[in-house]
Amino acid sequence: MLDCCGRLGWLAGRLLADLGADVTKLEAPDSDISSVDWSALNVNKKLVRADLTGSGGQSALDEIASTADILLATPHPGSDDAGLFDYQRLCAINPRLILVAITPFGLTGPKACWQASDIEIMAAGGAMGLAGEPDGAPLRVSAPQSYAWAGGQAAVGALTALAARWRTGRGQLVDVSAQAAVITALAHAPTFVDIAGTTPKRAGAFMTGRSVAGAKYRVFWPCRDGFVNFILYGGTAGRRTNEQLVAWMREQGFDLGPLARIDWARFDPTRASQAEVDGMEVPIGRFIGSLSKREFLEGAHRREMLGYPVSNTADIATDPQLEARGFWQDIPARDGRTERHCGAFVVVDGVRPPLVTRTGQIQRVVEKAQKT
Amino acid sequence: MTAGVQALDGVKIVEFGSYAAGPHVGKMLANFGATVVHVESMSRPDGFRMQYPPYKDGKPGMNAGGCFAYFNDSKYDVTVDLKNPEGIGLAKRLADWSDIVIENMRPGVIDRLGLGYGELRSSNPRVIMLSTCNMGQTGPRADTPGFGSQLSALAGMCGLTGERDGPPMLLYGPYIDFIASTLGATAVLAALERRQRTGHGAYLDVSQYECGLMFLAGPMLQFHRSSKIAERAANDDPDAAPHGAYACRGEGWIALSCWSNEEFSRLCGAIGRTDLARDSGLATLAGRKSAATLIHHALAAWAHDSNAQEAAQLLQSAGVHAHSVNSVAELFTDSQLVSRRLWRRRRHPVIGDQAYCFPAFELSETPGDITASGPVLGADNERVFRDFLGLNEDEFNSARAKGAMD
Repeated sequence: MLDCCGRLGWLAGRLLADLGADVTKLEAPDSDISSVDWSALNVNKKLVRADLTGSGGQSALDEIASTADILLATPHPGSDDAGLFDYQRLCAINPRLILVAITPFGLTGPKACWQASDIEIMAAGGAMGLAGEPDGAPLRVSAPQSYAWAGGQAAVGALTALAARWRTGRGQLVDVSAQAAVITALAHAPTFVDIAGTTPKRAGAFMTGRSVAGAKYRVFWPCRDGFVNFILYGGTAGRRTNEQLVAWMREQGFDLGPLARIDWARFDPTRASQAEVDGMEVPIGRFIGSLSKREFLEGAHRREMLGYPVSNTADIATDPQLEARGFWQDIPARDGRTERHCGAFVVVDGVRPPLVTRTGQIQRVVEKAQKT
Repeated sequence: MTAGVQALDGVKIVEFGSYAAGPHVGKMLANFGATVVHVESMSRPDGFRMQYPPYKDGKPGMNAGGCFAYFNDSKYDVTVDLKNPEGIGLAKRLADWSDIVIENMRPGVIDRLGLGYGELRSSNPRVIMLSTCNMGQTGPRADTPGFGSQLSALAGMCGLTGERDGPPMLLYGPYIDFIASTLGATAVLAALERRQRTGHGAYLDVSQYECGLMFLAGPMLQFHRSSKIAERAANDDPDAAPHGAYACRGEGWIALSCWSNEEFSRLCGAIGRTDLARDSGLATLAGRKSAATLIHHALAAWAHDSNAQEAAQLLQSAGVHAHSVNSVAELFTDSQLVSRRLWRRRRHPVIGDQAYCFPAFELSETPGDITASGPVLGADNERVFRDFLGLNEDEFNSARAKGAMD
């Protein structure tokens, strides 16, 4: 597999490499590969420096693509890149080649040539419109997500085309739109527009739309060292969670206030008034405020409650669950130091596929093609 | 269900799954030709049917839910009572028929039902099984119950969303479930590829938590390298300035960013503020970061009187990264998405016309499609059990009489 992607497509090759594909990452001779994102998303690939500009570059690409199964690229429609990764030419050289083109909006259409980075793609895909305070600015996640959504869909597309090749013997073009990929993240929000004629809005830090009385429920609760995500749900799962919370508070000697009078078997969050919700949230807030994130995580797990702390990267890095499953993989970095990476995302037949440092022959192929 | 040759024609999938994380895998594969059977029961239907609005005419009903239909288009639907030995027998026959089994129950449940991978493999050695749950099948918290909307907090996404000095923010719905379903589909297809070459099935243990972390792989490596903790930063980006969203006329917003000094200069020209382009203090990224308030006010004033779509068009014409912030409603009229035929309307027997979302990639030779609306509960019992599994009339009637399809 050849990975000629810019930032938009890095995850696609990483996912496929983690599942065993032999992925070669082509980078321009002078491209900057010092960022943590580059390292994190291009681990498990061979790195080859190659100048793909000009006719020499095209010849080099054609030669190495002639034996590849999959070529991942992020060509910008209308640019020179688009010519370099022209499917008709590559298909003539290697009819079995699967070309995966990952672009902000897709290869064709009225916005195909538009420029977009993560923030514009998250805006175009509807995700920003749903994140942030209701009366505040739409927000993106501070670590780019749209590139990952595009990369994930590209991986599915590449392997779907590979499955087709078993049947037809031919490769094909996979045209991935990052804008459309982000829509995957919106869950069923589009159905409200389509069926109910209402448009979901930004919810901020509260859960709204669950109460016929218009009450809003707190989702993020300050705790000793950050925040906890806890929601007063109804139903069977909510009942157990609410009962366990109250039992936990009682054991710790906390004043239950109005919680003491609630029959959780009958509690229906859809019928509570704002005053009732506010009354319940005062003692809950005092209790959660006394806990650390890890104490909440462990206590909630022990009691089979719904709810999780709002983790930061330090919390995640030290989570015993991930350690126990061997999620982190320590491998040598290019400078010789050992680096700890997210491992493969799936455990196959009881084994997490290991990350490896790959070597190969392709560097010489590129050099030879460029000389000629 | 699919006309013409499709990529996954002949691939048979059975889902013992509900809500999002399992069924969304099958939906994507069904759109490219796989035959997917969604298993529910009359007594325990998929939770998306009755617990999640919207409903046709606002009236909850087993077959009136748009949410369930949206994630289960192009599938067959059967009812099997997994608490009934006859139902387990039927489920086992379905698994024996299938190439791929998808389940998203809590760890251990599928084994206790007698439908675990070890059991299924004994009679169908080529079967591929995907188990997807919050924490994965092993580890000290494997048995944790949970919803994706809260798991997105544990996996770091909510903490990275919001103003620097404000609380974390919700992401809509079970955000992380769809990361897991996308990566789960990747794993299933890779296992299918391996099976083509080796003849071996596979057991795939997917932790939705771990899948989510793949979307934050950079910040995680940053912490492991330097102990630096990634923090929410509203709409700021360390490598671009300006980089944000600005309120436009009406309810619209525009998102824009500048990744070079030249792009900033083009932005200034487009909004009629060439004075800013001439300001040498703003000719570097660091200078623009220092003068963020000044630039924000200039952009806010320009955007305030602009239509968001027209403003985005203007900036794109000037060579500046920009797009209007689409509301969910605007996704249905966005010219690019219309051009790609992302939304495909199919007639549901109860809901009527409903828009279904096609996956985000198009295949040039085996294009796939939304082949049917979301199914009515148990709509395909006869088709699946008689035609697919080969039960004769007596066997079918007997299984039904014994409650296997309740």
